[in-house]
Amino acid sequence: MIVPDALGYLPETPSQTAGPFVHIGLIPRQAGFDIFENNLGSITLGSEVQGQRIRIEGRIFDGTGAVIRDALVEIWQADSFGRFNHPADDAAGPRDTAFRGWGRTGTDFETGTWSFATIKPGRIARRHGEGRLAPHILVWIVARGINLGLLTRLYFEDEAAANGEDPVLRLIEQPERRKTLIARRVSGAAENTYVFDIHLQGAEETVFFDV
Amino acid sequence: MPQEDFIQRDLAQHPLAISPLYKTSMFRGPTRPPLSLKTGMSDLAGPVFGAEELGPRDNDLILNYAKEGAPVGERIIIHGRVLDGNARPLRSVLVELWQANASGKYRHRNDNYIGAIDPNFGGCGRCLTEGDGRYVFRTIKPGPYPFRNKVNDWRPAHVHFSVFGTGFAQRLITQMYFEGDPLIRHDSILNTIPDAAARDRLVARLDLAASVPLDTLAYRWDIVLRGTRATVFENKLQGN
Repeated sequence: MIVPDALGYLPETPSQTAGPFVHIGLIPRQAGFDIFENNLGSITLGSEVQGQRIRIEGRIFDGTGAVIRDALVEIWQADSFGRFNHPADDAAGPRDTAFRGWGRTGTDFETGTWSFATIKPGRIARRHGEGRLAPHILVWIVARGINLGLLTRLYFEDEAAANGEDPVLRLIEQPERRKTLIARRVSGAAENTYVFDIHLQGAEETVFFDV
Repeated sequence: MPQEDFIQRDLAQHPLAISPLYKTSMFRGPTRPPLSLKTGMSDLAGPVFGAEELGPRDNDLILNYAKEGAPVGERIIIHGRVLDGNARPLRSVLVELWQANASGKYRHRNDNYIGAIDPNFGGCGRCLTEGDGRYVFRTIKPGPYPFRNKVNDWRPAHVHFSVFGTGFAQRLITQMYFEGDPLIRHDSILNTIPDAAARDRLVARLDLAASVPLDTLAYRWDIVLRGTRATVFENKLQGN
C-alpha cells in the first residue's frame, strides 16, 4: 500500500493536528469520562525513585498572546543519573530503573496551566562528542492548530554553569532566544518549582527542534 | 538495540506549520525555522510500554465502553502494520486512537455539536503492535461533522492516531481517513499537506479479505515512522 522509493525506503506517514478533542484518546479523564483501568502518562514517584523532587509548570501562548487551553503536553527525560529507561541507553554505570521518565498531561481548560511532578534529570553523556549535556527535559506539545507536534527542551535556571557549556544551547545563534528554553525557578515556593512558558509565535517564540 | 541516528525528517511529507486553509494554525504554528540537531540519546530512546499496562478490551471500541448494549453504527475493523522508513516492522510499540461516534459526536465535555452521544461508545482505544508490527482495532465507523473554520467546513470521517516508535524522535500524531469519502477532497485540515501522494497515504483502503462475513467490514492502513541511517563512517559533528 505504501510504495517504497527506488532504494526501498518508505516515506514517513504525514502528521495531522491532534485537534481539540485529543484528551479523549490520550487523557480520557480530562475529556470527562473513565474508560481504562490503567491511565498512561502519570509519573510515579515512589520512594524508590532517586533524585531531587521538582515541579515543572507553565502555559502555552499563541501568536496573539492568548493562553492555549486545549493542548496536550508530553515530557521525556533522563533519570537522576542522566540515563534513559530504554534498551538503547546500554552503557555501564548507575541508573534508576524505577523511573520511567515519560509523562503526559493536558493544559487546564480554565487556566491553561500544565504541570508535572518529577525529578531533576542528571547530566547526559553526549552521543556525538565529548562531555555531558546540561540537565534538561524534552517537552512535546500537540493541539488544535498545531499540524506537526512541537518539540522543545526545558533547561534549568539554577544550572547556569552546565547551561553555559551545553552544546545545544550554544548552537542557538541569538543569545536572547536561548532564554526561551530556561525554566525559571520560583523563589519562596515550598517545593522546587520551575516555570516554563512556551510561546508559539512572536518576539518570545520558543526555540523548537527538528531532530 | 539499534544505535543509528534517525534519517532527517522530510518535511515535504508533512503539513505546513502555518496554513491559511486551517485558520487556527495561523496563530499556533511557529514562524521561525526549527533548530536541527543530530540524534541524541534522548531522541533515540523513548518510553517502553508493556502488555500488562493495557486491558484485554482496550483495542475493542465496540466493547470497551458498552454499558447496556452495542454502540450504534457501522461495525468495522481497522488494521495494518507499523513500520519504520527502512521497512522494518516495529514491535511492541504503543498505538492509541480516538474518534467521534457514528453521529459525528465526541464524548468530550467541549464538544457542542448537535449529534447524539452514544451511551455505549467511549471512542478511544489502544494496543501494542505484534512481532510483525501488526495492530488491530474493532470499532464503529465515525460520522462526519462540521467544524468552525469556514462557515460550511465539514470533517470527513476520520480516526485520530497516536503512535510511539522506539525513539521519542519518531513520535507521531495523525489522522486516518476512509477510502471513497467525498468530503476528503474538501477537507481544510487534510489539505494543509501540500503533497497529494502524502495526503493519499492517510486514506485507509477497504479490505474485504480481512472482513468478517455477515458481521464486520475491514479497512487497512499502514503507518510508517522515521527510519534510521546506518553509521558506517562516523565523523564528530556538532550536536547532542
